[in-house]
Amino acid sequence: MDGIHDLGGKHGFGKVQTEADEVAFPERWQGAVFTMVNSLFFSGVAHNADHFRHAIERIDPVSYLNDGYYGRWLGGLETLLVEADRVSQADINERAITLGAAADGRIAARPNPQPDVFPAEAAAANAQASEDMPPSAHRDVEQAPRFAVDETVRTITTSVPGHTRLPAYARGAPGKIVAWHGAWVYPDSNAHGQGEQPQHLYTVAFSGADLWGSGGDSGLEVCLDLFEPYLLKG
Amino acid sequence: MSSSPAALRAEALESLLIEKGLLDPAVVDDVIERYNERIGPMRGAQLVARAWTEPDFKQRLLADGSAAIAEYDFEGGQVDKLVVVENTDTVHNMVVCTLCSCYPWAVLGLPPKWYKDPAYRSRVVREPRAVLSEFGTDVPTDKTIRVWDSSAEVRYMVLPQMPPAWRSADVGTLAERVTRDSMIGVEVLA
Repeated sequence: MDGIHDLGGKHGFGKVQTEADEVAFPERWQGAVFTMVNSLFFSGVAHNADHFRHAIERIDPVSYLNDGYYGRWLGGLETLLVEADRVSQADINERAITLGAAADGRIAARPNPQPDVFPAEAAAANAQASEDMPPSAHRDVEQAPRFAVDETVRTITTSVPGHTRLPAYARGAPGKIVAWHGAWVYPDSNAHGQGEQPQHLYTVAFSGADLWGSGGDSGLEVCLDLFEPYLLKG
Repeated sequence: MSSSPAALRAEALESLLIEKGLLDPAVVDDVIERYNERIGPMRGAQLVARAWTEPDFKQRLLADGSAAIAEYDFEGGQVDKLVVVENTDTVHNMVVCTLCSCYPWAVLGLPPKWYKDPAYRSRVVREPRAVLSEFGTDVPTDKTIRVWDSSAEVRYMVLPQMPPAWRSADVGTLAERVTRDSMIGVEVLA
């Protein structure tokens, strides 16, 4: 989806702000969110990493920019818990107000009243795979790869409303295959309960000039890992 | 200190999940302790120091990163595919994830805040030299800057160049000198 998460190449965010001696979780709630998100995978609420990533992409875009990384995770977490009917948003609101939150505060989560349906067997298998860490996304397929290393390709221009891993800045651009990684679970289907549909995965190198014209740094090359359906013969 | 709206909402959700038996509060404290105290970039630094001092290991690490680290059994070290990219006299590598914040947890721990912020994610694929200068890092203009935007399950780590002056140091000392930022590619060791 052409959401706020697709940040590559956007102007206006200012300088990179670094912090000295930073720990992983400066505040307790951030560690709590991290732990709760991990538990979503074991308990069959988040069915796979793609499902969770897409939940984050769907949160309120203002919250996405305002709430920081674990605020975004919190939005994805609440979205999936509500969609899975484990907890209601009314209960969360009530509890947050009890703890001191404003009654009219902005809420990051955007649960879909008609969420994607994941087949029961696949959901159970995903929960089990999470329990038996690590769940690998690499798959063996019979289909031969369509492209070869060193081949010139072009990315598609299609904008899709759902989850995808082709960033907007790399659409419709010529590039060169520099590595082939075998077949991997396809995020575009896997995020939506439409099965793994494994696809060949390639690292594609793009020149800065092909991505940005004269608007990017000279001597720049950007490498992206792209699934076969994102690519056309050059 | 007053809590932020996100902190309050997280607390609300945590307390509800505990009441429903969906979360064990002791696990939260254990996870925080584990990541704050023990899991960090030192594993990547060990790999870099060993690659600098053992040519065979360097070759294995660059050829197949996941296979080369399998022998270490790193805690929380699951990674589907690790690719280690080498800085040379002609190429400087940098790692980013523009779509979310993918990062090689297995070798570098959890990412720093700036890595996940919009400023870094938006700019590195377009103006890496300006970003590098904000880190105080100068890469000569005749060097190619190769940016790895982690858009699938492959995770990238940079093998920085060793400063010539470090040549006589032992592997343990070298590992202590390798920084997290040099393995993300925003710092050149000197």
